[in-house]
Amino acid sequence: MSEVILEIHNLHKAFGALQATQDVSLTLRQGEIHALIGPNGAGKSTLIKQIAGEIRPDSGSIVFAGQRVETWDAAARARAGLARSFQISSVMPDYTVLQNVVLAVQGAQGRSFGFFRPALSDRHLTDPAQAHIAHAGLEGREGVTAAALSHGERRKLEIAMALALQPRAFLLDEPMAGMGPEGARQLTPILSELRTSAPILLVEHDMDAVFALADRISVLVYGRIIATGSVAEIRANPEVRASYLGEEA
Amino acid sequence: MTLLLIEQILNGLQYGMMLFLMAAGLTLVFGVMGLINLAHGSLYMLGAFVCAAVAGFTGSFWLGLVASLIASAAAGAVIEVAVIRRLYARDHLDQVLATFALILVFSEGCRWVFGSSPLFLTVPAVLSGAVTFPGGLQYPLFRLVIIFVGLAVAGGLFWLIGGTRLGVRIRAGEADRGMIAALGVDISRLYTIVFALGAALAGIAGALVGTLQSVQVGMGEPVLILAFVVIVIGGIGSIKGALIGALLVGMTDTMGRFLLPMGFAQIMDPAAARGVGSALASILIYLLMAVVLVVRPQGLFGART
Amino acid sequence: MNITRETVVNSAVLALLVLVPVVAQLRGDPFTITLATKVAIFALAGVGLNLALGFGGLISFGHAAFFGIGGYVTGILASHAANYEPLFDGAFTVNGTQQMLLIWPIAIVVAGLFAVVIGALSLRTSGVFFIMLTLAFSQMIYYFAVSWPSYGGEDGLSFYTRNQFPELNMFDPLNYFWVCFTLLILAVGLSAMITRSRFGLALGGARQNPQRMASIGIRPFWLSLTIFVISAMMTALAGSLYADLNRFVSPAMLNWHMSGEIMVFVILGGNRRLLGPVAGAGLYILAEHLLGQFSDYWQFFLGLVLLAVVLFAPGGVIGILTRRRGDV
Repeated sequence: MSEVILEIHNLHKAFGALQATQDVSLTLRQGEIHALIGPNGAGKSTLIKQIAGEIRPDSGSIVFAGQRVETWDAAARARAGLARSFQISSVMPDYTVLQNVVLAVQGAQGRSFGFFRPALSDRHLTDPAQAHIAHAGLEGREGVTAAALSHGERRKLEIAMALALQPRAFLLDEPMAGMGPEGARQLTPILSELRTSAPILLVEHDMDAVFALADRISVLVYGRIIATGSVAEIRANPEVRASYLGEEA
Repeated sequence: MTLLLIEQILNGLQYGMMLFLMAAGLTLVFGVMGLINLAHGSLYMLGAFVCAAVAGFTGSFWLGLVASLIASAAAGAVIEVAVIRRLYARDHLDQVLATFALILVFSEGCRWVFGSSPLFLTVPAVLSGAVTFPGGLQYPLFRLVIIFVGLAVAGGLFWLIGGTRLGVRIRAGEADRGMIAALGVDISRLYTIVFALGAALAGIAGALVGTLQSVQVGMGEPVLILAFVVIVIGGIGSIKGALIGALLVGMTDTMGRFLLPMGFAQIMDPAAARGVGSALASILIYLLMAVVLVVRPQGLFGART
Repeated sequence: MNITRETVVNSAVLALLVLVPVVAQLRGDPFTITLATKVAIFALAGVGLNLALGFGGLISFGHAAFFGIGGYVTGILASHAANYEPLFDGAFTVNGTQQMLLIWPIAIVVAGLFAVVIGALSLRTSGVFFIMLTLAFSQMIYYFAVSWPSYGGEDGLSFYTRNQFPELNMFDPLNYFWVCFTLLILAVGLSAMITRSRFGLALGGARQNPQRMASIGIRPFWLSLTIFVISAMMTALAGSLYADLNRFVSPAMLNWHMSGEIMVFVILGGNRRLLGPVAGAGLYILAEHLLGQFSDYWQFFLGLVLLAVVLFAPGGVIGILTRRRGDV
């Protein structure tokens, strides 16, 4: 099997009496899309936040690209190459598409304390930004402010910003939420292509998309991973069918 | 020396209670409506002016007190409906500016109506004079009354928030605005009531303090800023925090002004000690605030964000 | 396009600010020149605050602290120099000075140091806490100035001659106006440069969505602290010029009313617009002058106008003139 980029061991997180994450271990390998599914309230977002560094786990370890990162803050993990998109579109609303992506390129370069040259005429920023915008399918929309984008376009902008970090792994939290079937169909090939840049840990409710995209699936129920396997294995797993797919149907 | 110390402790307590009356309204308004209200000090000033004017006209402090209560509550309700209501959905910057504008309007309006020279309020005969404690300490009765009024208001607020229907709604409003609307509570009326309640507390504080100091334009502003310090220390939205914070600030300030100059007099000449001591005492509460923030940025009783 | 429209308005604002004192000079009217100088100085303070408030989204209600620190540094250095009393006399001697070119950097650095401490503490919080903290820290400095007897305490500190600038007679009101105006233009240029730079881009991002910044690898805290300090330094320079204009400093420069006024300059003109504070300060002084003539209670009307601007015209004057909502 190919190289493991992200490795999570025995992660625990409790909020008071609520066990949000219980003994979770999973891996993300080079070149794959690893989908994380589970019913609402299963703790998917909590898990993503711990991996991204927005909340601290109570115990357990997170190894990213060979380094223990569980004590790093979110900015440090982002700079190490862990790119994340948000469940609710989270971009800079007053900025144009170009400004948003240039900002992300700048974040990846780690140089935000330049005071003299105008950022938008710096080819070291704009050239890569243009490439990422094209890659995410937003060509021709560079000058539009993020607030004026359609929902689907904003999702694409998120992906362009994630690409700008030149990440070694993506954490995508429901990238298709609220896009409708048409939008989801458009985004599926983009995500599929994205895995050639870096592997993806994908949280998604759209089961068609998950089954179409994922190489492996982990099922999270009440903070615990009850099964991990290929699409076929997960479809066939009786425990998953009972506790999760059963509820959906 | 001991008597002096006890007297200063009582002064600190009285000061703290006065600050609590101010801070309680501020913290309620912020907790329930998410509004930062700089004009709170103007309502304090208004209470003092109305009390002084009515007491001067009728000769009765009590009528003045009642009038100040009514006037400040009414002014609170009026500005809530006319101005403040438009600010709930705005950002803090607009709230700061609009309520700063209200301060200008109130201060200049008061100067216009009541004139520029300070007014004076006299303590009613029943409450004037001093109480003699066992041990020989004489302490002004009126300051003790302020302490008791503060305690009574604190008790009343805890009861109101914890044990009444209005309190349930206020707490629900703090937790989730959409929720209480869904439950069919008339939010805009609830907000007007809460704002007028806070205004009335500020008005009483102004009227009571007006008997200890002169009543003049601008008297509300130092108190307002101290009330901010109080709720930053206590934690925004918490009545308990406002009470503890007010007592801490009142005590720290009073004892600092009393003890620091005496302390410095041990190591330098008395005139210089007075200068250094009082300069340091004036910044002591801000140092207290800085320390609290370093240790607990959300304040002593504030919810973690 | 809209951009040229704002450029037209901006040029008109600057032209007016230059024209008024020049005409006043021709008509032998030093009072009006002083008013124009006051506008330039207040505008500079506002340009400073606009960096933190507008571009950084940091609602500082304590910029009077920096305005006053700039003023007090100027007053203290000048009065020591005038009285031939060293500031410090021990192992080595530090003397006061009356040279503006020395006073300005000292005022800027001292205010910058205060801003580092106040900013670092206040930025541990956000939102309404930040507003109250900046307010509280500036009041702390205010009360310190009131109760510290060495430099006049409550009464303030006078110094009887204006400080000096090489080769220029600073007693000529028009010369002093040109000095203040030049510094204002430099500050506006610096603001324009900063807001377009990498730093400005990141700062705007931190203003709009601080949580998102961490996920692209940028920590908003350092951006905010940096702009807070730069902003404080500009406002301190304005404070130094203001002290020299009046040859007097008092705790009033440190009072929270001053913070409110500087904020009013920014908002009246138009938040996050490069020349908003210039238009705002100009209108404020004009209002003070005109309303003050027909009523002693002119601030009552100022309050009503400000209320109307906040409630109904969020883009400020330049916003009305260009009919465009603020963006970067």
